[in-house]
Amino acid sequence: MVQLNSAECDIVIHVEGLRNSFGEQVVHDGLDIDVRRGEILGIVGGSGTGKSVLMRSIIGLQTPDAGTVEVFGEPMIGREEYEAKQVRKRWGVLFQGGALFSTLTVAENVQVPIREYYPQIDHVLLDEIAAYKVAMTGLAAEAGPKYPSELSGGMRKRAGLARALALDPQLLFLDEPTAGLDPIGAAAFDELIQALRRTLGLTVFLITHDLDTLYAICDRVAVLADRRVIAVGTIPELLALDHPWIQEYFNGPRGRVASETAKRERARGAGE
Amino acid sequence: MNAPADFEFDQGTLRFTGELTLARIGDLSQRLSALGEAPARIDIGDVERIDTVGAWLVHRIARDHGARVTGADKDVAHLLEQLATADKPLKIRPDDSLPFLRVLREIGEATAAAGHSLLGLLGFFGATLIGLWGLVTHPRRFRFNAMARQFEVVGVKALAIIGLMSFLIGIVIAQQGAAQLRQFGAEVFAINLIGRITIRELGVLMTAIMVAGRSGSAFAAQLGSMKLAEEVDAMRIIGVSPMEALILPRVISTIVLMPLLGFYSAIVAIIGGGIFCWIDLDIPPVTFVQRLQEVVPLTDLWVGLIKAPVFGLIIAMSGCYQGMQVEGNAEEVGLRTTASVVQAIFLVIVIDAVFAVFFSSIGWI
Repeated sequence: MVQLNSAECDIVIHVEGLRNSFGEQVVHDGLDIDVRRGEILGIVGGSGTGKSVLMRSIIGLQTPDAGTVEVFGEPMIGREEYEAKQVRKRWGVLFQGGALFSTLTVAENVQVPIREYYPQIDHVLLDEIAAYKVAMTGLAAEAGPKYPSELSGGMRKRAGLARALALDPQLLFLDEPTAGLDPIGAAAFDELIQALRRTLGLTVFLITHDLDTLYAICDRVAVLADRRVIAVGTIPELLALDHPWIQEYFNGPRGRVASETAKRERARGAGE
Repeated sequence: MNAPADFEFDQGTLRFTGELTLARIGDLSQRLSALGEAPARIDIGDVERIDTVGAWLVHRIARDHGARVTGADKDVAHLLEQLATADKPLKIRPDDSLPFLRVLREIGEATAAAGHSLLGLLGFFGATLIGLWGLVTHPRRFRFNAMARQFEVVGVKALAIIGLMSFLIGIVIAQQGAAQLRQFGAEVFAINLIGRITIRELGVLMTAIMVAGRSGSAFAAQLGSMKLAEEVDAMRIIGVSPMEALILPRVISTIVLMPLLGFYSAIVAIIGGGIFCWIDLDIPPVTFVQRLQEVVPLTDLWVGLIKAPVFGLIIAMSGCYQGMQVEGNAEEVGLRTTASVVQAIFLVIVIDAVFAVFFSSIGWI
C-alpha cells in the first residue's frame, strides 16, 4: 500500500499546561491545545494574546516557563539539538514576512533545507526539486533566479512557503499567511494551502486574523483569550458558545460578511 | 518496512520498491539516469511510502521515456498529476556575464557610485547651508532641545572613551619616542614629540575617527531607520522640516563639539605622556609643563582647533547624508552606516593632508 505521509499518531501537536511570560507580563498560563493529523487548525485571538508566542513555543524558538509540548508524540522541551533537528525536519514554517535569506535567490532559498539535511542529493535533482516546489506554490518561473528584495509581498510569501515545503514536511506552521495581501492574492493563497494539503497530506497550524481564511479553509478554530485556549471547534460550534469575544469576533460586521461569502462559495461549489 | 528506495528493471518494466522519500532516496536519481534501456511501464505498487521527491523521479522517467505508471492509488495519482503541472524549467541563479565584463562593469559602477556620492554630499552641503541661513534669519526655529540632546550624546557620553583612548596614545607616543631618542641620549625631546604631535595632529584626528565611528554611524543608522519607518515623510507632511529637526541639530552640535573634544583629547594625551615621562624618564611634572610651554608654539593649538570644526562638519554631513539616502529595506541601513563611516574617515584624512600643506606654506610649522 502506498502512503503519502504515514501516520504514527493521530495527535500531531500536543500542548499541555503551557506557561509563557515576559518579565511581569504573563502571556500564557495553563494553555492546552491539540492538533489532529490532517486538519487545518486556525488560531485566532486579539492582538497581544500570544498567537505567535504559542507558535514559537511549539517550534522551539521560545522556551516556555512551564508545560509540555509534544510534536509527533516526541517531547520538544529540553531536547538535545541533534534530536530536536530530527523532529524539526518533519515540519515547515512560514514566517510572517516570508523570512527569506536575502543573499540567496528564491530557488537557492528553497534548496537550503535540502542541502542542510541531505547533502548527498545530486545537484541536477536539487535544481529540479527547487523548480517544481516553486511551481507548486504558484510562482512564475521568472521568480526563480530573483533575489527576495526584487519580489512583492505576496511572491515573498509564496517563496517562503516553497522553502517551508522543501523537505516534504507533514506539518506546516503558517504565521498570518494572508496578512498584507490584497483580497485576490489572499484568496489565491487560501486555495493554494487547501490544494497543497490535499496533495501532500499536510497538517496545518495556521495563525490568522483573516476571517475569510477561517471560513474558507480551516477545519477547526482555536480561540486564544485570557492567557489560554478558551475554545476549540468548528465555526458553528464556536458560534454556539456564549463567550462575548467569540460572539463579537464572528458576529461583528466583518465576521457576518465573511460567513455569507463562505456560504455563497459553498452553494456555488455544490451547484457546479 | 523502511527499506531504502530501490528499483528493479525487468522486460521493460521498472519496478520501484522501498521508501521513495527524500530521506531514503540515496543515489537513486543517478542510478536511474544510468539506466540503459527505456522502460515502457513503471510499477509503483510495491512502494511503501512516497513523497514529492519520489513522485518527481517517477514523473521524470515517465516523461522522458513516455512510460505508463501503474500501481498508483488515488492520492499518488493526484500527486503525480500535480507534479506534471508543476514541471516547468527554472533558472536557479541570474545569468552570469563574462568575468572580464563583470569586472569592468563593477569598476564602472563603483566609480559612478563614488562620483554620485561625492556630488550628493556636495548638494547636501548646499542644502545644509541653506538650512543654516534659514536658522540665522529665523532664530526662533532653532531647536534648542534637540541640540542639547545631541550635545549629550555626541559630546558628554564620548568623554570616557575618548579620554581613555587619548591617555593610552599619549603613553604610547612617549614610550616609543623615548625609546628611539634614547639612542641619541635625547630622551628629553620626547616632550616635544608628545606636545606637538598631540596638539597639532593626533588629538583632533583620533577624536575625529572616534566620533565618526561613534556618532557619524549613529546618525546614519538613526536617520536611516527613521526613513524606513516613513517618519521622515510623516514629518514633511506635518510641516516639520527634517533639515531643521534632524540634520541641523546633529551638524551644529558636532561642529561645536569637535574642537572641545579634540582639545580635551590632546590634554589627556599630554597627561598620559607626562605620567610616562615622570615614571620612566624621571622628568617631574613641573619641568614637563615648563618644557611644553617652551617647545609647543601657540600656532600648533590654532592648527588643531581650526581643523576640528571642519572635521566635525564632514562627519556629521556624511552620517546624515548617508542616513537620508536609505531606501527600501533594512539591509540598506547597514550598508549606508558602513559607507558613512568610511566616507567620513576618508574625507577627514584627505582634508587633514590639505590642511598640513596649507599651514606649513603659511609658515605655521
